[in-house]
Amino acid sequence: MLVQKHFESDRFIPDKEMDACGLFGVMNTKGEKFGGSMAINAIKNMKVRGSGLGGGFAIYGLYPEYKEYYALHIMYQNKNLDAKRRVEAFLKEHFYVVYDEEIPTNPDVALFFPPIVWRYYVAPQKKSEDQAIPDDEYVVTRVMYLNTNVDDAYVFSSGKDVGVFKGVGFPEEIADYFMLDKLYQGYIWTVHSRFPTNTPGWWGGAHPFNILDWTVVHNGEISSYGTNRRYLEMHNYYCTLHTDTEVLAYAVDLLMRRQNLPIEIVSKIFAPPMWDAIEQMNENDKKLFTALRMTYAPLLMNGPFTVIIAHHNEMIGLTDRIRLRPITAGAKGDFVFLSSEEASIRAVCPDLEIAWTPPGGEPVVVRMNSQDHLLSVKKSI
Amino acid sequence: MNGLNVKFGYRDNFLGDIRPVDELIAEYTVLDGGKAVINAGAMKHKEVNDVLREVALRGAFEITVNNVYGQRYIGTRLVLPREYKPVKIVINNFPGNDLGMFLKGHQIIVNGNAQDGVGNTMDDGEIIVHGRAGDVVAMSVRGGKVFIRDNVGYRAAIHMKQYKEKLPVLVVGGTAQDFLGEYMAGGIVMLLGLNLRESEPHRANYIGTGMHGGVIYLRGTVEQHQLGKEVGVRNLDDADREIVATYVKKYCEHFGGNAEEILKGNFIKLLPVSLRPYGKIYAY
Repeated sequence: MLVQKHFESDRFIPDKEMDACGLFGVMNTKGEKFGGSMAINAIKNMKVRGSGLGGGFAIYGLYPEYKEYYALHIMYQNKNLDAKRRVEAFLKEHFYVVYDEEIPTNPDVALFFPPIVWRYYVAPQKKSEDQAIPDDEYVVTRVMYLNTNVDDAYVFSSGKDVGVFKGVGFPEEIADYFMLDKLYQGYIWTVHSRFPTNTPGWWGGAHPFNILDWTVVHNGEISSYGTNRRYLEMHNYYCTLHTDTEVLAYAVDLLMRRQNLPIEIVSKIFAPPMWDAIEQMNENDKKLFTALRMTYAPLLMNGPFTVIIAHHNEMIGLTDRIRLRPITAGAKGDFVFLSSEEASIRAVCPDLEIAWTPPGGEPVVVRMNSQDHLLSVKKSI
Repeated sequence: MNGLNVKFGYRDNFLGDIRPVDELIAEYTVLDGGKAVINAGAMKHKEVNDVLREVALRGAFEITVNNVYGQRYIGTRLVLPREYKPVKIVINNFPGNDLGMFLKGHQIIVNGNAQDGVGNTMDDGEIIVHGRAGDVVAMSVRGGKVFIRDNVGYRAAIHMKQYKEKLPVLVVGGTAQDFLGEYMAGGIVMLLGLNLRESEPHRANYIGTGMHGGVIYLRGTVEQHQLGKEVGVRNLDDADREIVATYVKKYCEHFGGNAEEILKGNFIKLLPVSLRPYGKIYAY
């Protein structure tokens, strides 16, 4: 038995077991809302992909009552009440706060150093000089300000009608802690089970990563992090969460919201075809892909990855171009699934109609009221 | 921060809460002479393998495992005393990664799809998948046979090897994704392309990249740019045709289909052009 303050020496701890994170996403393409049981059971099925050092959920269609307002989820590390006072003073100055509360948690679930987690429904309170700035832009800037300037305070969810719940623990424990299955419903659920290898496992570092209504869950490692991060800083995005996945969330916001590019193009920026594959293309494609590689070279995501990106009405699965991390898609009726492992989809949907695995760099795009996800089937196995 | 993780956060997700094997057998297993039926629905992967081993030691040689959803490493660690014969394991329906890892002479039949790493470093035996399989199928196999009815993912047969009488074989009924036979050092890979349309090329690129041993028999079409720099294309000779016929017939025994028809297709043979493709890079 170890008594408090005496721990095993670092030299005698178990060797780090190299494994991989687990991802799962499910969307109802008719927009009908459902509870968390599928997401929770599927990620539980992939327990060996995580290490209990991070788990989290993103839920879309979460706050119908307040869907006009930005729902800010803010964590105060170390239960730092001074940080909370500073944040709230800032919110008072820059937003109209219509309602706020502590996010309800289950006191029976013991987790690793839980922070205070609070949510605020807000609308921008613009000064006259800010009138020309779009709301989304205004919110992003304020979120970046809080994350970089207030110690111990992190805005980890800032979209309308969407919410992220995350922390240190296995994802099913996080679900229990925030009572997700009992309290919430949504039409997209994405979930992540973390196995941190290069960066600390802490509450802010759990996935999903969010900005506005964009969320990203990620398995892999982005070895181009430094390049990506510097490029994003030029566009006013600041990485504060000590982990590589953060750049993906901001890159998606930059390319898809601000520059209005479709995901089919964005996926070719993150995971561009090899130059020798471009050689084989027709003239038009050759021009397009060369231009993309030249223009967006600093947003190429190098290294192995699988991501599930989501925002309202869309869920996207994508791997790196030589698929060094796994993904499987499945569909049944209006439900479309993306997962690290096929068996976890089968476990929550035993009568699945179709399962497929796209080639590296080829996105599976699940859209509201469409069958677009099936476009990737032809190229898949 | 990392130190804190280790002290407070680290938990063993592999070996935590493993139940004793006797308890599992009493609750989830029906043992009837040489036959055993295991209900793996509520079991972790270590528990499944514990039970498999125990029922084999108690004399079962035809073992059916039901309600398998993603349990990993099934069939590993099943090294039985000398007087025991290899067993037959039927899996329903969706085993997890590294199915049959280090497999030692047993037969595994999967009635469903398999995931990544089927037959990882297997030593001997046979794995038959009535469905598709994921990435790195037959990775580093050193003996035995793997039959996949449909497609396989990336890097099938990566670093497959052979030595003396140990000659591993991978037969895939459909097509493969990229890097088929990457760094292959020995053994036989057959890609039959049965689900491709007439003259539709195979899906894989970089076939045989870094290959320096063994042979790939490919039925159907493939463009030159789909091949890695380390492989050359040859026509089949009589000895090749005999090997191909043998395994196509075995494929049809397992999954049905007309061997004669399949053998009428156009086969090519891919061989490494060098036994040490990177010798000049790494030699010092």
